[in-house]
Amino acid sequence: MKKENFIWSSTKIGLLAGAIAIFLCLVGMVEVFSKRDVIEKVLTLGMFLLLATSILAGFLASRRTSELLDGNKAPSNLLAGAIAGLAMGAVLAFFVLFSNQVNLRAVFLNVTPALMQLLTFNQGVGGVWQLPVLGAVSGLAGGAFLLIPQNFRKPIVQALMVIIFLALFSSLFRIIMINQGGGIERTARTIFSQTGLTITGGLIFFFGTILFSVLWSTQRERVQNSVDRLPKKGKISLRVFSIILLAYVVIMLPQAAGPFIAQVVVIISLYILMGLGLNIEIGFAGLLDLGFVAFYAIGAYTVGLLTSYGEYGLQHVSFWVAVPIAVLVAMLFGGILGVPVLGVRGDYLAIATLGFGEIVRLLAGSDFMARWLGGPRGIIGIQKPCIGTLGEFVAVDVPRVCNGIELGKPQDIYYIAIASALLIAFFSYRLRESRLGRAWMAIREDEDVAEALGIKLVQAKLLAYMLGAAFAGLGGAIFATLVGSIFASSMQLIVSINVVALIIVGGMGSIPGVIVGAIALIGLPELLREVSEFRFLLYGVALIAVMLAKPEGLWPSETISRELHHDEVAETTS
Amino acid sequence: MKTTLGERLTDWSISGFMWGFRILIVFIVVAGTFFTLQSGKYTGEQWIDFIVFGVSQGSIYALIALGYTMVYGILRMINFAHGEIFMSGAFSAYFLATWLNTIGFVDANPVLGLLIPILFAMFMSACIAMLVERVAYRPLRNAPRLVPLISAIGASFFLQYTFRGFFGPGVYAYPPIKALEGEWVIFGVGILKVQIIVAVAAALIMALLYIIVMRTKLGKAMRAVSEDKDTAALMGIDVNRIIVSTFAIGAAMAGAAGVLYALIYRQVNFFMGFTPGIKAFTSAVLGGIGNIPGAMLGGLVLGVFESIGPALFLDGLGIIRPYQLKDAIAYTMLVMILLFRPSGILGERLTSKKA
Repeated sequence: MKKENFIWSSTKIGLLAGAIAIFLCLVGMVEVFSKRDVIEKVLTLGMFLLLATSILAGFLASRRTSELLDGNKAPSNLLAGAIAGLAMGAVLAFFVLFSNQVNLRAVFLNVTPALMQLLTFNQGVGGVWQLPVLGAVSGLAGGAFLLIPQNFRKPIVQALMVIIFLALFSSLFRIIMINQGGGIERTARTIFSQTGLTITGGLIFFFGTILFSVLWSTQRERVQNSVDRLPKKGKISLRVFSIILLAYVVIMLPQAAGPFIAQVVVIISLYILMGLGLNIEIGFAGLLDLGFVAFYAIGAYTVGLLTSYGEYGLQHVSFWVAVPIAVLVAMLFGGILGVPVLGVRGDYLAIATLGFGEIVRLLAGSDFMARWLGGPRGIIGIQKPCIGTLGEFVAVDVPRVCNGIELGKPQDIYYIAIASALLIAFFSYRLRESRLGRAWMAIREDEDVAEALGIKLVQAKLLAYMLGAAFAGLGGAIFATLVGSIFASSMQLIVSINVVALIIVGGMGSIPGVIVGAIALIGLPELLREVSEFRFLLYGVALIAVMLAKPEGLWPSETISRELHHDEVAETTS
Repeated sequence: MKTTLGERLTDWSISGFMWGFRILIVFIVVAGTFFTLQSGKYTGEQWIDFIVFGVSQGSIYALIALGYTMVYGILRMINFAHGEIFMSGAFSAYFLATWLNTIGFVDANPVLGLLIPILFAMFMSACIAMLVERVAYRPLRNAPRLVPLISAIGASFFLQYTFRGFFGPGVYAYPPIKALEGEWVIFGVGILKVQIIVAVAAALIMALLYIIVMRTKLGKAMRAVSEDKDTAALMGIDVNRIIVSTFAIGAAMAGAAGVLYALIYRQVNFFMGFTPGIKAFTSAVLGGIGNIPGAMLGGLVLGVFESIGPALFLDGLGIIRPYQLKDAIAYTMLVMILLFRPSGILGERLTSKKA
């Protein structure tokens, strides 16, 4: 077969990258992200997006060239990278010139003068030549990356990743460090700028990570050996020490970071909670449930009706009484809705549950149910949890007095959420190892075989469904208390999709995966206003990318990744 | 097989539960209808209005449902992003129609002014669907079933929020076409022109599709691939090409449906594809998924039910503002079909593995 010319293949990759770059501009990412810096005064996040695209294009072109020419050869690899980068820059430059002639803004809202300023480096149309040049240079860098010896590649990538991570979360770290005062505050001010890292900070972290990574790769065995050589007691105390350290960080986090971060962490921990619940359905039993929000809503409304001192409150009990009831009610509904859908399989189940979720939302928001659930006005005035005794209920819209400690602030709810998340993590860990957990996994693999092996399908599936519903109910209950009010309009399908996405990105069936997924998918958009605008766009990309590249997720459970790659394993062993 | 008393009890309680569910739904329908008709709250003319509206709405669902059904027939996969393809058609047509309207083209040639945006929408939707198929579905063709479904959910979100990013979250008003305003009086009943035009246009497009599927070589190949992919490949059919054309044809119809929808509701928004998408899927399942005439029938049935349902079933039961629950009727129908007759009205009973 005639092999493709590498110049043509590089150009193709470059043109594709150009299309992606234009997409990033049109969707508004470049402009919005350029308000945040990776490194102060040097590189904005928006520019970084474009640069990363061309570097990646250069790298891919260079790799393709090596495939075509059977091996890495410096001149052709560099040339391929440069061509790809140049092509991408040229596409972008053409886009700038074109939009200078035609008023694209009439259709595409984001082709703003500010974007044009960015793309021409504030020099007007005359500055457009810099795009192909910059593209070629960065593409060249990407192409050159393949020529760097393997041992050095990893530290460089790691260093870049650390910088991006720190830059993205800089506001979080900065607030925490500045709140400490003294020397820590001064360090924070030298490393972090208002919107990202400073030049000093960038350099420190870049070379620091490289140094650390090289040291680690050479010294790892020694460290591991010395840990292994520790007496048993020493090992245990090391472990206890690290657990205590982790617990300390988790407990002190909201105190150190202030209410905003605490609110974000509460939301993350709530999603961890719900993620672990849905994980039982999706990850363990293989039931894709898109109507998760229904049980979330049921939990929230139960707590609302039981504890609210507003006009729809029924019982005015305390939070501690209401939550277990809410969990039980959600579980009951899980059973009621679970029985009919038991016989429905696979993708039909997903759609049927989606239908349930929407029905619950429509009913809750309708005027028909408004007599009981407040309809579009929602339920307000949900009593905050109180450690101690609650005063008598006096009148509508007057909160009950708390004789003791009132857990009103997000920081306080944080501990409730973290405690429940831990409880559920432990619970689902034990469940996975149990007989029932194994039954679920058997069902996930093949229902018919599982049934033939004597697993009671109805019982096992119903239990998965009810437990998932119970956890969703708990999440909804805590969320309602955190916000203090419930509105039917917040019970959208989006909530279910959020939870599904974090499980899938984190890794189906994996408990740490849920935590990683929740931090990445919920935490990042909550912390960064810039990211939150593109949150669902990025979810979409993440779902597709994870399915294409790594269906087992970022932090897979062992069994799932073994299953999904059994072909490869079979190939290597045979 | 030996069954213990406990197992038999669970079986009984579950089937009892399911029967209770059926009886409840039947009771709502029968009692609601009885009380509504007894109260005589609605005139005959109003019922006809409901039905005509339901038919035009239903023919749009039918057009979208065809895309679901064709893709499902070939790939056994729910193309979750199909609603977004519909939305992208409406958006493309919106921009073209607005431009045509400002230069006065639509007023001069109303037929072309209607036709050109529809064709453009069909073209754009087909392009986007082929892109989605290439990127998000083709690499996953042999993956476990949930994998392409999740990827499709991802594609759906990606498209929705891409359009939101491009054009903003606002609602755009589809330009008015003067020739479509007003009513025609048929048998003494005034019917909005738009609704008739929409139903007729949808019927024409569906007839065209039927000819393509039943009379052309491409259609024959499509039927062969949906019957058995491997055998079709052995017969010299380029399966990949057929799959891509199926996506393109289904998407073109969704695009046309998008324009018709925009003509009725006169608005275009990035989120407009979600609800019609789910309802069209309901229609496809209602008619028997994989079955083309079934999808057409299912769309019409759903459209009419949804249109007369709130007044007929719910109003009689004393539910205030039953129209808020219009979507709930569609979703309830969806759940009911999936539970009780997943093969739909016209579909042959699928084996449980397929369903």
